[in-house]
Amino acid sequence: MVTKEVEAAPGLKTKLSVDNVSMTYKRDGKLTHVLENVNLEVSDGEFVCLLGPSGCGKTTLLNTMAGFLTPTSGTIQVNGEAVRGPDPRRIFVFQERGVFPWLTVEGNIGFGLSKLTKPEREQRIAHYVKMVGLQGFEKSYPAELSGGMKQRLEVARALAVNPDMLFLDEPFGALDSITRLVMRSELLRIWQAERKTIIFVTHDIDEAVQLADRVVVMSARPGTIQQIVPIDIAHPRDISSQHYLELRDGIFKQIGLAHQV
Amino acid sequence: MNSLAAPQRWEKIFWPLVATALLLLLWHFSVIWSGTKIFPSPRDVGRGMLELFRHHVLWADIRDSVRRVLIGFGIAAVLGIPMGLLLGWYPAANQVVNPVMQILRPISPIAWIPVAIIFFGIGDRAAVFLIFLGSFFPIVVACINGVSNVPSVFRRAGRNFGLTPMQLLTRVVFPAALPQILVGLRIALGIAWLVVVAAEMIAVDSGLGYLVIDSRNSGKRYDLVIAAILLIGVIGLILDLIFRSLERLKPLRWGFRNVA
Ligand SMILES: Nc1ncnc2c1ncn2[C@@H]1O[C@H](COP(=O)(O)OP(=O)(O)OP(=O)(O)O)[C@@H](O)[C@H]1O
Ligand SMILES: [Mg+2]
Repeated sequence: MVTKEVEAAPGLKTKLSVDNVSMTYKRDGKLTHVLENVNLEVSDGEFVCLLGPSGCGKTTLLNTMAGFLTPTSGTIQVNGEAVRGPDPRRIFVFQERGVFPWLTVEGNIGFGLSKLTKPEREQRIAHYVKMVGLQGFEKSYPAELSGGMKQRLEVARALAVNPDMLFLDEPFGALDSITRLVMRSELLRIWQAERKTIIFVTHDIDEAVQLADRVVVMSARPGTIQQIVPIDIAHPRDISSQHYLELRDGIFKQIGLAHQV
Repeated sequence: MNSLAAPQRWEKIFWPLVATALLLLLWHFSVIWSGTKIFPSPRDVGRGMLELFRHHVLWADIRDSVRRVLIGFGIAAVLGIPMGLLLGWYPAANQVVNPVMQILRPISPIAWIPVAIIFFGIGDRAAVFLIFLGSFFPIVVACINGVSNVPSVFRRAGRNFGLTPMQLLTRVVFPAALPQILVGLRIALGIAWLVVVAAEMIAVDSGLGYLVIDSRNSGKRYDLVIAAILLIGVIGLILDLIFRSLERLKPLRWGFRNVA
């Protein structure tokens, strides 16, 4: 049931391809091999979760995909073109909160929209304020928002520039479990409405299996792709169904954790 | 009152008043017990203060001092902020300029008084120049530190939205560094107020610093000396409070702890 699959789902256009990417950090003369020969293809509109233990290189891989880091070797292509740097068509939502504390909710969402005319911008802001449920907080500053609201704000700021890819680095990691559940279904709703390609980093197995079309399981450092698990369950997913549990337990075994506490 | 409980409103006013009253009492009795003939008592100083206000020179002196500070400090801010931002933004440029700055920075502006007088003669411009020197370096250094302390996540977010380097500097790095820059400006203003008094004792013939030295020289009026010193303290405090109120502005408030 757990199959090794590197190619994108058949019949769909390849959006992102990662070829033989390795990454070595050099700090104080010490080399750290973080990624080793990572190969991955993601098709247009796909929702992929990167899952792996802390420190295995998920953030590093995501940074190379988004163009913030250049891999030591290997290539990364988006739409068949090599990635040369960050691009507003591909927005990164950071593990450490990236909303700008000196701007209001409106200011943050409108940050990437300076090329639009004022009415267009206002309309776009209003649309995404509503989409992430921040109505009534347009003039609030991030310090006045809860953790979950800040996270939604950052997602809204990313969506507002209408990117075709989103890189989400443990976006819900710092939230309580109830807010996380709500945010997951919000994200799925947005993804289904806008059909962006999403690469979502998490170290929560349940989160990965609930969200993803495919779960990419990474090994501990140096990070390699251990397994790619397609989650062939339609949304909304019944998380008590036999198939869901099988897939989840398969990944638990893959990571080497017994299904017991 | 423990450190966790927020003080009550009345406490915020009451306790400082008590402390001030105790200090005045201490001063009063020290003057009596020591039997000094030179040092004035609080009551003498109060009378001296009224005299100063009645003769109207005081307002002109206050105006002159504040004007010099605002001009010198203003020029320092207008030149120092862009310079500090650029030096923080281009570490290579900073490495070139840094040694010179590190040598100039620890020199007390007072040491420049003779130089200022050669350049500008006795007068306003010498004083303004000294204030400028005193406040310029703290502003530049605060900007450099502010820029280099901007969390990289903000810079990456800015780049991600396609900003040019110049836009990144003005739309991300500057607002992110602004709280630290503001702290630098506040320190610089404090220094400017220290320097103006010193400069006015030597380089000009008006202002609060001149009032202090003139009251001593023309008739040893120590009651007026102390009155002028107290006024310098109060005006310095007011300038600082005005500046501190900026910390409450919402686009800045996130950068300050302990601001309600
Ligand atoms: N700039 C850097 N210089 C040197 N080493 C780094 C650097 N950034 C990350 N590393 C190292 O690379 C490894 C992978 O880091 P990375 O942030 O990609 O892990 P991660 O999978 O995202 O972990 P987590 O789940 O905890 O966020 C870590 O061991 C880290 O110490
Ligand atoms: Mg990470």
